[in-house]
Amino acid sequence: MKVKRLVAAIFLVLAMMVTITGCGGGDDAAKDTGADKEKIFVFARSGDASGLDPINVTDGESLYVTQQIFDTLLEYKEDSTEVQAGLATDWESTKDGREWTLKLREGVKFHDGTPFNAEAVKFNFDRWRDENNPYHHGDFSYYTYMFGGFPGIIEDVVVVDEYTVKFVLTQPQAPFLANLAMATFGISSPEAIKKHGEDYFKNPVGTGPFKFVKWEKDQQVVVEKNPEYWGEKAKVDKVVFRTIPDNSARLMELQAGTIDGMIGLNPDDVETVKNDPNLQLLLRPSMNVGYLAMNTEKEYLKEQKIRQAINYAVNKQALIDAFYAGLAKPAKNPLPPSLWGYNDEVKGYEYDPAKAKALLAEAGYPDGFETTLWAMPVARPYMPQPKEIAQAIQQDLAKVGITTKIVTYDWQTYIEKGENGEHDLYLFGWTGDNGDPDNFLYVLLDKSNTVKGSAGNVAFYMNDRVSSLLVEAQKESDQSKRDKLYKDAQVLINEDAPWVPLVHSTPPIAARKSISGWVPHATGTECS
Amino acid sequence: MTDTTSLQLKANGPQPRTNEKESRGLWADALKRIIRSRISLAGLIIVAVFLLVALFAPLIAPYDPIKDSDLVKRLEAPSDEHIMGRDSQGRDVFSRLVYGARISVKIGVISVGFALVLGVTLGAVAGYYGKWLDGLIMRLMDILLAFPSVLLAIAITAVLGPELRNAMIAIGIVYTPHFARIVRSTVLSVKATEYIEAARAVGCSDLRIIMRHVLPNCIAPIIVQSTLSVGTAILDAAALSFLGLGAQPPEPEWGAMLSDGKSYLQKAPHVMIFPGLAIMFVVLGFNLLGDGLRDALDPRLKQ
Amino acid sequence: MTRYIIKRLIGLIPVIIGVSIFAFLLIHLIPGDPARAILGERATAQALADLREQLGLNDPLYVQYGRFMGQILQGDFGRSVITNSPVIEEFAARFPATLELSVAAMLIAVVVGILAGVISAVRQYSVFDNVSMVGALIGVSLPIFWLGLMMQWLFAFKLGILDASARLSVGTNLDNVTNFYVIDSLITGNWAALKDALRHLVMPSLALATIPMAIIARMTRSSMLEVLKQDYIRTARAKGLKENAVIFRHALKNAFLPVLTVMGLQFGTLMGGAVLTETIFSWPGIGRLMYEAIMQRDFPVVQNGILIISLIFVFINLIVDILYSFVDPRIRLE
Repeated sequence: MKVKRLVAAIFLVLAMMVTITGCGGGDDAAKDTGADKEKIFVFARSGDASGLDPINVTDGESLYVTQQIFDTLLEYKEDSTEVQAGLATDWESTKDGREWTLKLREGVKFHDGTPFNAEAVKFNFDRWRDENNPYHHGDFSYYTYMFGGFPGIIEDVVVVDEYTVKFVLTQPQAPFLANLAMATFGISSPEAIKKHGEDYFKNPVGTGPFKFVKWEKDQQVVVEKNPEYWGEKAKVDKVVFRTIPDNSARLMELQAGTIDGMIGLNPDDVETVKNDPNLQLLLRPSMNVGYLAMNTEKEYLKEQKIRQAINYAVNKQALIDAFYAGLAKPAKNPLPPSLWGYNDEVKGYEYDPAKAKALLAEAGYPDGFETTLWAMPVARPYMPQPKEIAQAIQQDLAKVGITTKIVTYDWQTYIEKGENGEHDLYLFGWTGDNGDPDNFLYVLLDKSNTVKGSAGNVAFYMNDRVSSLLVEAQKESDQSKRDKLYKDAQVLINEDAPWVPLVHSTPPIAARKSISGWVPHATGTECS
Repeated sequence: MTDTTSLQLKANGPQPRTNEKESRGLWADALKRIIRSRISLAGLIIVAVFLLVALFAPLIAPYDPIKDSDLVKRLEAPSDEHIMGRDSQGRDVFSRLVYGARISVKIGVISVGFALVLGVTLGAVAGYYGKWLDGLIMRLMDILLAFPSVLLAIAITAVLGPELRNAMIAIGIVYTPHFARIVRSTVLSVKATEYIEAARAVGCSDLRIIMRHVLPNCIAPIIVQSTLSVGTAILDAAALSFLGLGAQPPEPEWGAMLSDGKSYLQKAPHVMIFPGLAIMFVVLGFNLLGDGLRDALDPRLKQ
Repeated sequence: MTRYIIKRLIGLIPVIIGVSIFAFLLIHLIPGDPARAILGERATAQALADLREQLGLNDPLYVQYGRFMGQILQGDFGRSVITNSPVIEEFAARFPATLELSVAAMLIAVVVGILAGVISAVRQYSVFDNVSMVGALIGVSLPIFWLGLMMQWLFAFKLGILDASARLSVGTNLDNVTNFYVIDSLITGNWAALKDALRHLVMPSLALATIPMAIIARMTRSSMLEVLKQDYIRTARAKGLKENAVIFRHALKNAFLPVLTVMGLQFGTLMGGAVLTETIFSWPGIGRLMYEAIMQRDFPVVQNGILIISLIFVFINLIVDILYSFVDPRIRLE
């Protein structure tokens, strides 16, 4: 059984889907439509895919689908972010970490019959890396993001022999292998790319357990079993990804039995699902954090005591009970606890309005102050009901004397204004890309990421000591040393309190009971 | 915004009226007619109740619409203490509806007021001066009308940012052409009368002629159109809020309340049912009243 | 007639140009950055700058507008910056859904609306008249999204007799000929699919029909009342014609004109897509496409899409005007 991408919340269902395809099918995993009929698994979510060329998408909706069609060179192990064999079976690097040699799996074919080999890998990477490549259609944003531009740190990709490929890097990158395992770096058939050119995004061809069948905009994407899959073959014949924008409508369809599984459950419907004898609730750990960033360049918020006061003022558990149906952990660090490097020694700030008031008085604002509280307009995996959460936080802050006005914009503008630093208090969150602590701490809290207009560090938190720890960890290849560096950084961050870390959520999945017989573990071996 | 053109309940064509005495009689008459017709009276009563609720909201509402929240008791079903139950923040739905009436009054007055001022000005200028100015203004109005109105309002709020104030401006802009058209056609029919020629001959300024002699003739259709528009404006603002483009939390705007309630349709339908009914009744009130006014002010029915 | 049509078509040109300028300015005034919308949260400053350059967003507005119009004149409606598909394809994919929904809604609205209007006029001040006219007013006073959700709650969730979202159930197979599912299932004789398509179509079309239905009913009633007062109706009655014949052959025929105008206007509006209805019922039509395009700053879809919708709208109005002359020969179109 293939074990895939536990890594990110957005991929979570995927892991489940692969499980379904891998193990449940024989008995009653799929809707039993009769012995002679094909087994179809129908899965619904809120939005359609934006494209099916994995390198040119960043959204979960698209990646759910592309993960079924494509394989990556390496894959993530379950419950850890270590990598294991995917399309590559062995790998090794030179001492300086600047060259990686990968042995590829032999005898694998793309769905269109094109053989998978070192040339194919090189073709894919060249298409991604080189802006002047004739097949470089699209924005390749994840490539530039993980590897630092075009061509970025991948200086060259060399075909050593038919099944050996060598990556030459301009500088060592600690999470290089973890990056290669990201779903967005799925390997496409070179022939298909040549054939479809600009329209490849709607004619995807990979090596994965499912072949692409059809895509009806805003309605469904259909993939069918790849009988020649190199790993354990899928047990359902077809998977249909349906788009049903409204959460309540989607649940009704599930209750009616027209769909078999769904994500995007309203937290308040969790009870409904639990009480429905035909439905079941599946939970998976995920890798995200929802937080309240405090713009440390703004009046009031530039003072550490006030930031700490706000930390004490927010009742995280009440938020979790009300808006996550209890399905989340209160956060104390920016890192999710499932990641290595997580510092459990950090105490965090417990809910204590009296302490908050005292700190405000100490800072010279016994009567509080007025500020803005920004709430995103759309549900995110780490924050299913941002406007509700904002209102609850507003009331929490009002209790210690801080008056807030809730501000919102459409999602694009919200991100833009946040990166420009126009906000005071700013609800936001992050879902990990590759399971490396660097992907949380450096991206979200390093001083180099405070450039106005593209700031990932929306608290505009600048601490030289934290920064030097994070940069050192980037260059270090010994994981235990890196672990220590990240733990130290978290202590400092907790002290400075640029955020109120709110929650690490576990977005629930609802499915028909008829899809029983398996547990939502990513590993096939654990399903019975 | 409704998906279909809800604006078609338009005021009837203009009827030039110039005699002030006669027009005073007309208003008294109109009121009598409204009271006599049971249906329009119902409209008048609904609108009056709505305005009174808005005015005396703090006296009527048993709880604070924003501050009295309680996450532990959220979504509680209607009970003796909370006759319409509690919402997702544990606030009293009834109190929020009562305070929401104030917001609805504001929406009606501001968005229709915006359309009224802009539309009347443009319509009067176009009708009075005619020629290329008329052509320009009315083509502009045609463009606005040819533009899908829902999308127009959505796009305008997207330009200005999702806030109730901007939603009101968007609605005002979308409604402007209707007012402009009514006023223009009245002005055209009045302009040709000897009486205006006389005023001009006496040397009255254009502004004075428009304000004193032309516009008073438009008042009846404008009032009818305004009354009907207040209803649709409340409806449209609710729709924009429902899409997340209008009122923002924690404001107890009815459309925003509906939007909140949507997530709890199964678990707590009361959160959704009551704001919907409130919108329906108030809009119905304005429609009934507007209809009654139109019939009452239409001199053709006077015999 | 031909001269009139040509004159009207020429008259449309400035309106269309105006709409194009308006649509263009609107989407370019919206503060969001399309490059940001495409690249998402993980965009680097460099990637954003590159993409803006590549999309031509750094050019002055008039240059961009010129490019937009230049492409239109060559019949090129551009590509969506989000999905990379040609805008015209995006439209073609969703248009049948919107058209099917609009036609179904108009059908309900016209049949029920005219019947109710005629009966109300004939029996003025009767119980039926009062009930249906108050009903019509309630119809225009309802928040349509609320009505839609309430119907879903009742018919799909509580009673389970209708389907709440999309156009077909997942298991239903249907060969697409025209992409109008009701027609397709009729052509192919696929009764199971027909039933399924109708189960999906009923609620959204009912929700969408409420307002046009109410307006048509009111318009028919008042127009009929007007006509029924006329001398020739009295004459017809005096001649001893059957009441039904008087009403339907003489009165309704003449009362139909204003109703036709309203129908045209309503249908034109429906063709622009019903954002709320389509969202609530997950109906994959034009309204949702445009709404999402605005929200995602997909400027080629917005500016070209609005142009296409406006074109359809003004052309439907033109057709209605032409139909006038057939319904009522007294009207000369010169």
